[in-house]
Amino acid sequence: MAIARRKFDAVIVGAGGAGMRAALQLSEAGLKVAVLSKVFPTRSHTVAAQGGIAAALGNVTEDNWHWHMYDTVKGSDYLGDQDAIEFMCRQANEVVYELEHFGMPFDRLENGKIYQRPFGGQSQNFGGAQATRSCAAADRTGHAMLHTLYQRNVRANTQFFIEWMGLDLIRDEQGDVLGVTAMEMETGEVMVLEAKATLFATGGAGRIFQASTNAFINTGDGLGMTARAGIPLEDMEFWQFHPTGVYGVGVLISEAVRGEGGYLLNKDGERFMQRYAPHAKDLASRDVVSRALTMEIKEGRGCGKDADHLLLKLDHLGADVINMRLPGIREIAIKFAQVDPIKEPIPVVPTAHYMMGGIPTNFHGQVVAPYKTGPEEVVPGFYAVGECACVSVHGANRLGTNSLLDIIVFGRAAGNQIIEDLKKSPHHKPLPVDVADRTLARLARLESQKGGESVAQVGTALRKTMQAHCGVFRFADMLKEGVAKIGEVAERAAQTEIKDKSKVFNTARIEALELDNLAEVALATMVSAEARNESRGAHARDDFPERDDEKWLKHTLYFSTDRRLDYKPVRLKPMTVESFPPKPRVY
Amino acid sequence: MRFSIYRYDPDKDDKPYMQDYDIALEPSDRMLLDALVRIKSVDDSLSLRRSCREGVCGSDAMNINGRNGLACTTPVAGLREPVELRPLPGLPVIRDLIVDMTQFFKQYHSIKPYLINNDPPPETERLQSPEERAKLDGAYECILCACCTTACPSFWWNPDKFVGPAGLLQAYRFLADSRDQASAERLDNLEDPYRLFRCHSIMNCVDACPKGLNPTNAIGKIKDMMVKRTV
Repeated sequence: MAIARRKFDAVIVGAGGAGMRAALQLSEAGLKVAVLSKVFPTRSHTVAAQGGIAAALGNVTEDNWHWHMYDTVKGSDYLGDQDAIEFMCRQANEVVYELEHFGMPFDRLENGKIYQRPFGGQSQNFGGAQATRSCAAADRTGHAMLHTLYQRNVRANTQFFIEWMGLDLIRDEQGDVLGVTAMEMETGEVMVLEAKATLFATGGAGRIFQASTNAFINTGDGLGMTARAGIPLEDMEFWQFHPTGVYGVGVLISEAVRGEGGYLLNKDGERFMQRYAPHAKDLASRDVVSRALTMEIKEGRGCGKDADHLLLKLDHLGADVINMRLPGIREIAIKFAQVDPIKEPIPVVPTAHYMMGGIPTNFHGQVVAPYKTGPEEVVPGFYAVGECACVSVHGANRLGTNSLLDIIVFGRAAGNQIIEDLKKSPHHKPLPVDVADRTLARLARLESQKGGESVAQVGTALRKTMQAHCGVFRFADMLKEGVAKIGEVAERAAQTEIKDKSKVFNTARIEALELDNLAEVALATMVSAEARNESRGAHARDDFPERDDEKWLKHTLYFSTDRRLDYKPVRLKPMTVESFPPKPRVY
Repeated sequence: MRFSIYRYDPDKDDKPYMQDYDIALEPSDRMLLDALVRIKSVDDSLSLRRSCREGVCGSDAMNINGRNGLACTTPVAGLREPVELRPLPGLPVIRDLIVDMTQFFKQYHSIKPYLINNDPPPETERLQSPEERAKLDGAYECILCACCTTACPSFWWNPDKFVGPAGLLQAYRFLADSRDQASAERLDNLEDPYRLFRCHSIMNCVDACPKGLNPTNAIGKIKDMMVKRTV
């Protein structure tokens, strides 16, 4: 079957904040770029980010990037790569000012500067008083950012391929990446998009869990494509459970609520965070707060008739503050929890939120993998940024509002790196003859499959397995069983049957292809978690409650092709400053 | 619960038809989108767009019992049965509940939806007072779901000439921004019998907006700006 081909300087898969920040860099440099997105760009999941973007502007309290760096290293439970963290924190102010210049509607202080609010894990003077570091547009910072970036890309004439789904990565015999195969959703047409540089900015995969703050589209497509192409996934055991998802629904309630002065209560009306984090209390790191909520529920101090959630109180902030700073939260609480937070607390539970792991990269956005000689070798032609990537700036636990910073800093950096790399290698490499074979085989299988289960059935089994076996606290026997179970689910995913065979906007086919990717991510997560015999950041093992730097201060690499694990050292050496050596992490 | 849903697949159907579904909902199926996901789990051919499921991405706009809204923020409780679901009116249907939004976005793009400021940017942020910033409230929050524009008769008659409420709300968002320097150019761009002035304050847009925004009010302010600059 002849497949249409198109050639570009660069192909970007994903049009969230990371993809669009990179696209802007490339379009403005005059490169021929194609940006693929499953959804219209402003519908990408960046739109749902609420609380802010971290940068040590010092508009409210004294601040500097080095303190931000310390907080991020500590927040990562020392698994973050300190060169990448220094790179990100040093650039934070510049990229935030740049967003403001692009027109992003930040809230303002009386003096006209960008409004900032406190967030968890932010400190002055390397662990001292609370810092006020998150630059915010009410509680719609992601929306404001994503629309601004789209608008700026309209101005730059960026070429978008809207409602196109990336299907598989194209690598040649040397392992170099030469583009992707993709499907236009409206017509079902498959195309080869050839590129000198392929950048993945496909976002997270929170849909592997049953209770998730993530959008339906967050199915780890970039990770699936990467894993199938033989490139490892890094640190996949580290998933952030956000302390405050709406009970029973999963919709996110921003940490900004606690940043503005809200706090958590148990059934006795006690501010229980004082017991778990006497200093930072409700603004301790997210992993710490999520574990505290889980413990309160486990020990019978949960609220409601089933004692299975806690309460987030903010009515004491007053209607003015809530309406001005947290209007989106109020809207969500009224619609999804049927409570008006001006009068009543919001019922919340820890909810899967963010994937710290991902496609291994360096801080230039280049994908690095054991390629020919070592684990840090650049895979030519391949780049990844944002949640799908593991730089790793978040290590074992991400700090709130560092994700919006991550996507902008590394989106821009990857764009710049691609511009440089294309100067050195300005030509397309020849495509392998079997360029689309894997993709066509997957589609042919779906077309002809008979007697298989539905995608919905297998998807539910996958999400239930992950939820039960790989949650906030992890148990050896559950993980072991989980590995076997998720292996079975992956086999079932390879035999799903769709009834809908239409060419036109066939969402059944899309969901089946997404399930392939979810299965890759779920397997990587469970296998990596089962092997890590320690507790670090968001990975909390019941049988190994302590962090073990001697054995486990290292990154996990998971290889899908043979479900093998390998490890590589954490980059403890920053770019210019002194290393922050691991020490006990208390808040 | 009973649903009657507009179905059309150009790959196999000569013409659209309404299909009835009787489906038992779980207690956790609180929103219309939950019900649609449940229907899709038994009939995978039902096609719709959806993503964030919390009313911020704007994907799942549709016509629900005659009114435009987002499936993910419309509670099923209280909907009249059978719940009649159709694609957004006034745009070509691609399949089932999925419409071709090309014309909608073309109009959005036509208002130059980006900040224009040709001064070299300062070292830090451009200053803006809280009062100046407050003028963007009620405008920047638009999610481009098209509920308003596809509820507007003026857009139905002239989709190629009338910008429509969503595009005009964004035109206002930039006109109102103290950092933007292109007010004159933006007003010139709308000075036309159709682009702005086809709005007859029918106010369907205000009624339809799932985010509680008021495009009619913004359009009125643009008209005021037009008048002010002529006198």
